[in-house]
Amino acid sequence: MIYFAKWKIAMVLGVCLLGLTFLVPNFLSKETAEGLPDYLPHKQISLGLDLQGGVHLLIEVGVDTVIRERAESIRDDVRVTLRNAKIRYAGLGIRGTSVRVTVKDPAKVDEAVSLLSKDRIGMDIDSDGSAITLAFTEKSMTEQKVGAVEQSVEVLRKRIDALGVREPTIIRQGDERILVQVPGIKNPERLKKIIGQTAKMTFHLVDTRQLAPGRVPPGSMRVPDAQDKYQDGSPVTYLVQKRVMVSGESLVDAQPSFESRTNEAVVSFRFDTQGARKFGDVTTKNVGVPFAIILDGKVITAPVIREPILGGSGQISGRFSVQETQDLSLLLRAGALPAPLTFLEERTVGPGMGADSIAAGKIAAVVGLIAVIIFMVVGYGKFGGMADVALMMNIILIGAALSILQATLTLPGIAGVVLTIGMAVDANVLIFERIREEVAVGRTPISAVDAGYSRAITTIIDANVTTLIAAVLLYQFGSGPIRGFAVTLAIGIMTSMFTAIMLTRLMVVTWLRRTKPTKLEI
Amino acid sequence: MSRLHLIPLGINLKFIPKRKMFFVFSCVIVIASIFLFLSKGLNYGIDFRGGIMIEVKTQGPANIRAMRETLSGLGLGEVALQEFGAPDTVLIRVQRQPGGDQAQDPAVQKVKAALGANVDYRRTETVGPKISDELFWSGVQAVLFAIIAIMIYIWFRFEWQFGIGAIVALSHDVITTIGLFALFQFEFNLSTVAAVLTIAGYSINDTVVVYDRVRENLRKYKTLPFTDLLNKSINETLSRTVITSVTTLLALFALYFLGGEVIRDFSFAMIWGVLIGTYSSICVAVPLLLYLSVNRGTGASKTQIEATE
Repeated sequence: MIYFAKWKIAMVLGVCLLGLTFLVPNFLSKETAEGLPDYLPHKQISLGLDLQGGVHLLIEVGVDTVIRERAESIRDDVRVTLRNAKIRYAGLGIRGTSVRVTVKDPAKVDEAVSLLSKDRIGMDIDSDGSAITLAFTEKSMTEQKVGAVEQSVEVLRKRIDALGVREPTIIRQGDERILVQVPGIKNPERLKKIIGQTAKMTFHLVDTRQLAPGRVPPGSMRVPDAQDKYQDGSPVTYLVQKRVMVSGESLVDAQPSFESRTNEAVVSFRFDTQGARKFGDVTTKNVGVPFAIILDGKVITAPVIREPILGGSGQISGRFSVQETQDLSLLLRAGALPAPLTFLEERTVGPGMGADSIAAGKIAAVVGLIAVIIFMVVGYGKFGGMADVALMMNIILIGAALSILQATLTLPGIAGVVLTIGMAVDANVLIFERIREEVAVGRTPISAVDAGYSRAITTIIDANVTTLIAAVLLYQFGSGPIRGFAVTLAIGIMTSMFTAIMLTRLMVVTWLRRTKPTKLEI
Repeated sequence: MSRLHLIPLGINLKFIPKRKMFFVFSCVIVIASIFLFLSKGLNYGIDFRGGIMIEVKTQGPANIRAMRETLSGLGLGEVALQEFGAPDTVLIRVQRQPGGDQAQDPAVQKVKAALGANVDYRRTETVGPKISDELFWSGVQAVLFAIIAIMIYIWFRFEWQFGIGAIVALSHDVITTIGLFALFQFEFNLSTVAAVLTIAGYSINDTVVVYDRVRENLRKYKTLPFTDLLNKSINETLSRTVITSVTTLLALFALYFLGGEVIRDFSFAMIWGVLIGTYSSICVAVPLLLYLSVNRGTGASKTQIEATE
């Protein structure tokens, strides 16, 4: 225990030196650190959202809506198919996620089944007497769900990137969830608004037929206005055709701009070739008729077609603020979400709060460190001083490990570091106490130190492994900031074992060899 | 150079002979904790209960009463406000809104609209019912698995008697920590679970150190009466136990007083954990070995206990 091979000394010193070098980038500005050549350490500790401020959102994708919409379109398809084949049916509807229909003439059931089965992938079609059920296969359901979530991730990525924030995290989590983390954002409400909006835009002709109030003719629907309300507070509604003239999918571009005459904030858009042709056709045939632009089930504007719009571009004016035209253009460019989103969990930390937490954490760490350092010197004299050197090296190594592993430092993580400061000296305390005992039974200094180390080591390992177990489970089951705590705790345990067993031992042994004391004062 | 010896070498305090007193004390606080947990329950934070928590900073000292009146009028159910660390900082808690995950965010918008733009929103946390259920169960799992994993490790490294003793002491610490939170109605959240697990780790760490000495002494002193042997083991490691507790407490007190409001409850739980963990290692874990028929190789422990009593 008191003999150190040369390579071991080199290793201990090497680890310490490496720790120092890897810690250095943290004292540089972010730009300088990133500009360092690749062969130099340039990674910095990444701060958690709770320390640098930012938004953490856990979002659920309403995949059931996607399935239901698919089922609805299949129901409509069944209706058309059976009508065209002149097969009379009853009770066409959706039950759960499957479509059911009853064929009136039992003789035509087989014909109906074979017609409905044609080109239909991913569905099981069963008939029970005259009732036919079209159900999605398990595989197809999963594919649709995963598809919807992945598409949502793509759309969110486009939207968030368009906001110009740095280093956003947008990842799929589990089957139906998306985790969005955006560090250092100033206006979380705007972010949420931009993430949460489905942004499904469609163009419809307004149904101008004069009808008894309250009646909705087949093929049309009532859609509320986005802003206008009657005096009783109920929204103004429009009667529009269900058939979609052109949908937002045909948009190739959308930009905020100003109407040249009125200087009103508007959104300019452009259709692709197909959309432009469709839009041109409909507007040519319907001059003088109003059409409605519907966004997420609300009419934003319903202008009258004054002349055919053939160029495939236009403007949406909906009494917008400048910010609103910016957001709407962004949403239209990024595309609509395939399904509605629900925020399951939101944790937003303002930048001021994060800075305060860092400051408080630093003060606590420094005060804790000084207190422990003083205590150790008072308790163990020069041995305590050596333990203190090891303690500081320990903190350097924790910082270096966090930088290398790119683990996230959170507020509980800082607590973990402070706690480690208190607990790290434990290994040294165990050893020093052991040496004291050995000295007390009359051993020579060298033999006491030797025995102290060799006997304390098993205890140190046993005691630390148990804490390590707790840290691993915390990491496994914890989330976000708590994981940060588990990480620093685990790293702290390992570095403190290294510094106590290797570094202080090297110092103690070197001191012993140099001074050759006849009496050990510890 | 004179040195501070908190615990002088060769100290011989009578822990084991006073074990009945410790057992009674421990039983009382464990039963009281369970009783408090069942009767008062825990004050779960939004992590486990769902709901909304908003920390705001006002310009100048906050008028909490006026804010409370404004927010109570929103029809959001239970709204609680408290000063948080400074007179211009207010922590607002709004109960989980009925209507599932979708209903939470609109309530946040309402609160923000009511408070206006003159306050600085330092943090906003919203946890819907789905996530709070999940977090709760993963918290329970984490604590249970940690206890089981630690037990297996102790079993593996020592004999089974030590495993039982360590787990009893560990459970003692975990239960009384929960009892403390029930008594003072401190918020029980994810950080508290982290604290409980760290307490578990610390407590077992302490226990292992003393047990290690017991094991060593069992080999060294084949004929020493078992009670004396246990007492000797405690006293020999007492200095280390106390010094480590002191350094850890020094760091924790720094964290408690200077680390900021957000982790104050966490630090408090940890301080308690260090105290109770140290106590239980010495006064619960070790004396328990007397009753667990530890194998002493040559001499049967049972007869020796009787002989010394």
